[in-house]
Amino acid sequence: MELDTTEVAAKTPDHEQPWAELGLKEHEYDRIRDILGRRPTNAELAMYSVMWSEHCSYKSSKVHLRRFGEQAPHSDALLVGMGENAGVVDVGHGYAVTFKIESHNHPSYVEPYQGAATGVGGIVRDILAMGARPIAVMDPLRFGPMDAPDTKRVLPGVVAGIGGYGNCLGLPNIGGEVVFDPSYAANPLVNALCVGVLRHEDIHLANASGVGNKIVLFGARTGGDGIGGASILASESFDDTKPSKRPSVQVGDPFMEKVLIECCLELFSARVVEGIQDLGAAGISCATSELASNGDGGMHVDLEKVLLRDPSLTPGEILMSESQERMMGVVAPENLDAFLAITAKWDVETAVIGEVTDTGRLVIDWHGETIVDVDPRTVAHDGPVYERPYERPAWQDDLQAASPSSLPRPAGGAQLRETLLQLAAAPNLASKSWVTDQYDRYVLGNTVLAQPENAGVVRIDDQTGLGVAVATDGNGRYTKLDPYAGAQLALAEAYRNVATSGARPVAVTDCLNFGSPEDPGVMWQFAEAVRGLADGCQTLGTPVTGGNVSLYNQTGDVAILPTPVVGVLGVLDDVARRTPLGFRETGHAIYLLGTTREEFGGSEWAHVVHGHLGGLPPAVDLDAERQLGEILIAAARDGLIDAAHDLSDGGLAQALVESTLRYGVGARVAVPGGIDPFVFLFSESQGRALVAVSPDTDERFVRLCAERGYPNQRIGVVGGAALSVDDLFDVDLDELRRAHESTFPAAFDA
Amino acid sequence: MRIGVVTFPGSLDDHDAARAVRVAGGDPVVLWHADADVRGVDAVVLPGGFSYGDYLRAGAIAGMAPVMSAVVDAARGGMPVLGICNGFQVLCEAHLLPGAMLRNEHLRFVCRDQRLRVENAATSWTSAYGQGQEIVVPLKNIDGCYVADERTLDELEAEGRVAFRYVGENPNGSLRDIAGITNARGNVVGLMPHPEHAVDALTGPTTDGLGFFTSVLEGMAHA
Repeated sequence: MELDTTEVAAKTPDHEQPWAELGLKEHEYDRIRDILGRRPTNAELAMYSVMWSEHCSYKSSKVHLRRFGEQAPHSDALLVGMGENAGVVDVGHGYAVTFKIESHNHPSYVEPYQGAATGVGGIVRDILAMGARPIAVMDPLRFGPMDAPDTKRVLPGVVAGIGGYGNCLGLPNIGGEVVFDPSYAANPLVNALCVGVLRHEDIHLANASGVGNKIVLFGARTGGDGIGGASILASESFDDTKPSKRPSVQVGDPFMEKVLIECCLELFSARVVEGIQDLGAAGISCATSELASNGDGGMHVDLEKVLLRDPSLTPGEILMSESQERMMGVVAPENLDAFLAITAKWDVETAVIGEVTDTGRLVIDWHGETIVDVDPRTVAHDGPVYERPYERPAWQDDLQAASPSSLPRPAGGAQLRETLLQLAAAPNLASKSWVTDQYDRYVLGNTVLAQPENAGVVRIDDQTGLGVAVATDGNGRYTKLDPYAGAQLALAEAYRNVATSGARPVAVTDCLNFGSPEDPGVMWQFAEAVRGLADGCQTLGTPVTGGNVSLYNQTGDVAILPTPVVGVLGVLDDVARRTPLGFRETGHAIYLLGTTREEFGGSEWAHVVHGHLGGLPPAVDLDAERQLGEILIAAARDGLIDAAHDLSDGGLAQALVESTLRYGVGARVAVPGGIDPFVFLFSESQGRALVAVSPDTDERFVRLCAERGYPNQRIGVVGGAALSVDDLFDVDLDELRRAHESTFPAAFDA
Repeated sequence: MRIGVVTFPGSLDDHDAARAVRVAGGDPVVLWHADADVRGVDAVVLPGGFSYGDYLRAGAIAGMAPVMSAVVDAARGGMPVLGICNGFQVLCEAHLLPGAMLRNEHLRFVCRDQRLRVENAATSWTSAYGQGQEIVVPLKNIDGCYVADERTLDELEAEGRVAFRYVGENPNGSLRDIAGITNARGNVVGLMPHPEHAVDALTGPTTDGLGFFTSVLEGMAHA
């Protein structure tokens, strides 16, 4: 077939093009023709179709996401905000931290190992592209029911993929979540977060500026993997000698990425990179159009110079390929030799494929003939924007009316004991060691806290002990009951987890996982969740620095639970002052901070014991969260507490289970007067934490709480080999451990 | 005392090994896989990781790296050499130690705090420990199942060359619970667990791993 050049396209306006198969709507295709003043070439069509996809263009979510910018609280710490590969936050001593969360949901369902592995690889390259050394990862995961046959295919593959890639990259995995719900059965959520550290002066941005600067593609060769719609263009050629079915899920090579990381860091420190962009979704299409449209001129690329794994790839396929472990750099001509010497040292293949021009156009040639000639902004930034209709679903009122208050409750010591053991063994609350033991948490030698702690904590600077804490949280059941509150509850929990570990929360990243935006009910959930999160971040003073939206997580008409996953980053001036969660010392007093109300809507108890979802989620009080956080941070800094655990899913009972099992040291607690023991143990009221305090600092700690007027109750004492609730029950720690730790091995050790 | 730490492409725990050397009071020296010599160091650590992506077989390509000829010569001349995890695999591939590592019996990567018994406290890397002392250090690998033929295993046992054994549950199916071995001379030691991750109570489960590095420094001081 004749090469579809811009010249050919101008002469053949009536040529039929497969825009619908590439996922474009008719009016979108018409708009491309309007922009270009002719029909697009096949290569241009490939570029527009991927860059205007929901995944790359945020066309359904954009109008709502603006809130994060418009309502962002002022923060002196924010060095780079939303819109770049990742946000960058000042953490003091000249250091900055960048972090971001992304989804790789659909690929991980199709091919769990590679889908999850390349999810890790992609987010790590985003962080690297900011000029940072990646220092830790964590993975919030959601699956269908634990006992569903397909979960036994998806979960072990996802976990092995995350481990296989992350372990080989040498990045400690410091936390995350594993949650089960039937709504995730054919829509597992595989979110991946990465944290990186850099000096202020090392920040790199994705733009191609400076006429004459070279465009360099380096890393793995470009192959036929990860091509979605481009195969439709390829099939037009009717050439039987070509491989017709290409995998749409990318295949990762973590060794290549590890070498690429070290190579990039050496390039940054040699100061031979003007701008840099990682290649992720939409591959070269995305990198060239984004670099060019963020720059001050245009770009010319000779596409045949791209190094290929498969020489039969068409230009459209090369532009769309999502082959992993590739980066695109902008290099001044006088630095090119130094640049190439460094890539050669690391045996990283490199091709100079073009240069920055002053035309304002992105022009791509194929063996001297022009196949793309576009204004790069129209590809990268001026895609369609939809104001999709949204409407509170008709069933929302009934759902909220179905309060859990009439569900039968356990009464008496024996039933409460049985409930505690049942919840401790339930899939969402059981020990996740089966998963996290497949991840390296030690590599790099800076991990101070990792799963099952409240938050992951890593040291940044050996000299000062400066470090960061990160936690991710999300509760789809709460969010279904009330999307606005649900998003704030996710934020509140992650914020609380970070503060509980002793760190000062400074910034937020989010991964918004929802169903189809074409369903007005789902769109309402999304809009409400964004509104809730933006309002919450404003109140807590923690700006959203970046994140990701994943829509169309549904099978047929049934959407997943709306699941905003929120990551909070905190700073610890000295990681030696962090607060771990486990009880250690016999005789330490146990305090419960915060107020316990009767709140069981969306609770783990209602879910596990009754399969019930209804009512309203626990009340949100962000001012209380802030006060609680200040107490926990001050107490950690001043050495007033020995252990702390935030209260969330499963309430006080679950926090006691985890705090006693951590080091195998028991506790004896008493139910305070005036509160029902069931409510005391299992309510999921917010703004609460469990704290262990040494007799030496007891008085000072109580004074700290009193000064700030925060409710606190002494509920028990650390010690013994059992978890005991006075006058109600005792559970031997061995029995508790068996219940808590057997669930995952029983389900997944075939 | 200068202790070289080799970085192969894909090495991951090289910085940690260098930090452990420093904590123990030694001077770490960076060695690169393509180097032709070992820069006059007094001892060498081959760190953990996935050298060359563990393509072909774990440690197989690294065993043939340029720097390894120099390491092998130095080891045969008596220089202390420690191989940790991937480094142990490299020592086996380079034939400085017998046997090989297979994929873990349960076929999964495992990361946990592992109890070990020091079975030979007379090597260059274990003299700071008591014979039979139990220590806890991290273990993290997917290819950690030590195997060798029966005759080799019997020889290792008879000559006291089993340096470390797993205590409690065997984490990977290693024959006779072997976690690490030494050569006959006691200067070359390889083990799957990671002593370099247990030198600081803030970041490790214990500080039990520090003895590896103080052993070799002490030995050199008296040499």
